Amino acid sequence: MSTMTLEETKALIQEVLEAYPDKARKDRAKHLAANDQSVEQSKKCIISNRKSQPGVMTIRGCAYAGSKGVVWGPIKDMVHISHGPVGCGAYSRAGRRNYYTGHTGVNTFGTMNFTSDFQEKDIVFGGDKKLEKLIDEIEQLFPLVKGVSVQSECPIGLIGDDIEAVAKKKTKEHGKPVVPVRCEGFRGVSQSLGHHIANDAIRDHVLGNRDDDEGFETSPYDVAIIGDYNIGGDAWSSRILLEEMGLRVVAQWSGDGTLPEMELTPKVKLNLIHCYRSMNYISRYMEERYGIPWMEYNFFGPTKIAESLRKIAAFFDETIQANAERVIAKYRTEYEAVIAKYRPRLEGKKVMLYVGGLRPRHVIGAYEDLGMEVVGTGYEFAHNDDYDRTIQEMGNATLLYDDVTGYEFEAFVKRVKPDLIGSGIKEKYIFQKMGVPFRQMHSWDYSGPYHGYDGFAIFARDMDMTVNNPCWNSMQAPWLKPTAVETEAIAASA
Amino acid sequence: MPNVMIRKNETGALLFYVAKKDMEETIASVEQDSAERWGGEVALTDGSRWYIDPISPPPNFPTTLRFRRVDD
Repeated sequence: MSTMTLEETKALIQEVLEAYPDKARKDRAKHLAANDQSVEQSKKCIISNRKSQPGVMTIRGCAYAGSKGVVWGPIKDMVHISHGPVGCGAYSRAGRRNYYTGHTGVNTFGTMNFTSDFQEKDIVFGGDKKLEKLIDEIEQLFPLVKGVSVQSECPIGLIGDDIEAVAKKKTKEHGKPVVPVRCEGFRGVSQSLGHHIANDAIRDHVLGNRDDDEGFETSPYDVAIIGDYNIGGDAWSSRILLEEMGLRVVAQWSGDGTLPEMELTPKVKLNLIHCYRSMNYISRYMEERYGIPWMEYNFFGPTKIAESLRKIAAFFDETIQANAERVIAKYRTEYEAVIAKYRPRLEGKKVMLYVGGLRPRHVIGAYEDLGMEVVGTGYEFAHNDDYDRTIQEMGNATLLYDDVTGYEFEAFVKRVKPDLIGSGIKEKYIFQKMGVPFRQMHSWDYSGPYHGYDGFAIFARDMDMTVNNPCWNSMQAPWLKPTAVETEAIAASA
Repeated sequence: MPNVMIRKNETGALLFYVAKKDMEETIASVEQDSAERWGGEVALTDGSRWYIDPISPPPNFPTTLRFRRVDD
């Protein structure tokens, strides 16, 4: 933090912790840290992936959110049954804004909600029969569906329904994969375990499906995009860059993804992974089982895009490497114009982030391209390996906060006074009412895409639109504003 | 005795990854690392030590192996 030294940051953390009772303070202290780039292993300075304190306002989600919302939900040609009471599916329906092509209700089902709508009698007598009936109905109503996944909600685990047996039976009956996913919400400490469970379900029920089928014609330039994020069309603005380089994108998960694409992923030459947190498990598995190398890339902001494109090209021959340079050169005028336009308006502004998955570290480069400085960052559900990767990206003495509570976040903002906060919908209105410009960095605030060169232009425009919005000068009611006479008096007395 | 996935990172060093423990460390040294055998005591950069019975011939990485913690 340019304005704060390491000692000041540490003192701020201590000050914020003062409000807690002893036991909670001891626990929360482990989750807050001042960044120190000399630390190589994050576990020495910050603890992550632990159970949240009871009674604090955590911003985390559940395992069901991780599986249904992130990994399985966006697979568009499958039906994902929210198995259990109606709420989990209904309240999360179509909220993710992962755009897809296709006819909803005919061959794609992305924004639809399928639920077994558990009632009291299903809890008492078990819901397996209902699930069977539901799968049969789906097959009858939507004959073009490629498969079904059963996303368990909490009661399924509590009453011990055997969804695996139902899935096995129905797979045989309909000849389409029916995937049971044991992602009951109470599992794990956050949505992170849901990602892992969902990855394991993909491994067990999808990846091996075409192992003995050599019918797919491969090329030496086959790649797969895994964990593309795909809010407001991110997947496509990433994909075109790879295709312009001469690579063939065989599969794209899970945004705008399909079951056949997932089944073909083991045939590619390289897995490109954007959302490390939610998809690293499956990439590691494919590396071991099929010998496919994987790499993380970052398509936020021109500096990181160029870096990533070169890194990706290094896996291939000289043609691709030359193409990568050509792609970077092609977009140069475009992104330089964006920087020339917005940088003067955003230069020196301070940003605080609190998001999940990959963005707390990935978007730092994009902000820096616009001359902005990230002064604090944190993850909802990261593990140690995420913080290992974050420490190097962040400046010295900046704030790191893991699973931040509502109180802590507010206290930090009051003291650090950032010019912009990037977080989710739950935080948005608190900070806007405090008069701090805010962007939702989960859903791009209903804008997007932000990935790739095309996305960067939109990203820069959105940040400018928010930070320099005239409304921030009107936070005080006109009759409460000091009059010209009073202002002069204050100026005179000072 | 955790299942450990051993893989090479970009620089060619071996990484020791325990999914359950959410632990990813670089391997500092391996007791037996030759063309015939791989294994024995494995020291990680964080100071912890693990043991695996030497495997002959050396496994192809990445691979999942079962390690045992060396108690001292």
